[in-house]
Amino acid sequence: MSFRPDHELHKRRFGRNMGVGLVLVAFVAIVFGLTVVKVTNGDFGRAAAEVQG
Amino acid sequence: MSDTTSVHLGTTEAQFGDYLALLKPRVMALVVFTAFVGLLAAPVAVHPFVGMVSVLFIAVGGGASGALNMWWDADIDRVMKRTRNRPIPAGLVAPEEAKALGFALSGFSVVMLGLAANWFAAGFLAFTIFFYVAIYTMWLKRSTPQNIVIGGAAGAFPPMIGWAVATGGVSVEGLLMFALIFMWTPPHFWALALFMGDDYDNADVPMLTVTHGRRATRVYILVYTVILALIAIGAGFSAIGGVIYLVTALLLNIWFVIGAVKIWRRSEADSAADQFLVERKFFKLSLFYLFALFVAILIEAGLDRFGIEGLL
Repeated sequence: MSFRPDHELHKRRFGRNMGVGLVLVAFVAIVFGLTVVKVTNGDFGRAAAEVQG
Repeated sequence: MSDTTSVHLGTTEAQFGDYLALLKPRVMALVVFTAFVGLLAAPVAVHPFVGMVSVLFIAVGGGASGALNMWWDADIDRVMKRTRNRPIPAGLVAPEEAKALGFALSGFSVVMLGLAANWFAAGFLAFTIFFYVAIYTMWLKRSTPQNIVIGGAAGAFPPMIGWAVATGGVSVEGLLMFALIFMWTPPHFWALALFMGDDYDNADVPMLTVTHGRRATRVYILVYTVILALIAIGAGFSAIGGVIYLVTALLLNIWFVIGAVKIWRRSEADSAADQFLVERKFFKLSLFYLFALFVAILIEAGLDRFGIEGLL
């Protein structure tokens, strides 16, 4: 079984799709990094304590 | 953009860089830098990663307002030489795409800044986007020669947002940084309007050069530059100032006022003879001026943080 050859559209939009892909990867890394920072700093614990009063 | 749109427009396919251009990367660079200075000048330490991503989301918010500005102003961008190569007038991106991108990134940047930093800073960013798009772009730009003066506030908010990321509020120091950019914007853009010829005239944008004439614009540039100099030097005696800032501000402002005096003394014949050399130099100097002034604020903040200020 072979892969279908790329449609002309895929070739034409390769740069664009690659750019969007990299932005999404960067976004995931940012959310992950923020989560790590907030958890290790105890921000979520403080917020939960505030909610509980 | 769909295939059909691309064919309909009869143009080449928009690339990633074309969408990036919608966000006005050069304006974003200024936003990043001034927000970064506002963040570091604040007396509250922020985790480096939180600070970095907060500045990034402020920049994305700035870029979103740039995209919405290009969507709304596509008709006049087509007319002006300076803007006719932007993605929409060049036929690379459809106006509706710019609108969608602008609104999506506006919401995204505000929510992400709220989650990363605090909701006061996020609200401030939302207000800045609203101010630039609704107040400046949609209302003032085409209706009053004060467009640049009042609209300049939008470009002056980022250091205050940076400050708000760290402190969760506003302060006199933040307002001083706001005042610096606010007073700097009119002479910067009026100098540009002087050497852009009849660009604004053709687009029916009531710039000062169009409504009050070029002579009056030269006078206004001098007046605003002198007021800016007073604020910039005065800020040296506030919490954001210090010896390094004061010396930098003094030298820069002498240089800047001399440039404004040169513009004021020139006639249109003088300017035409050397193709607006003095006006072009003043415009370039204005970019360096703002950069150097904020670097001085950054140095003072650094010295302060490491307890070196007392030694100077």
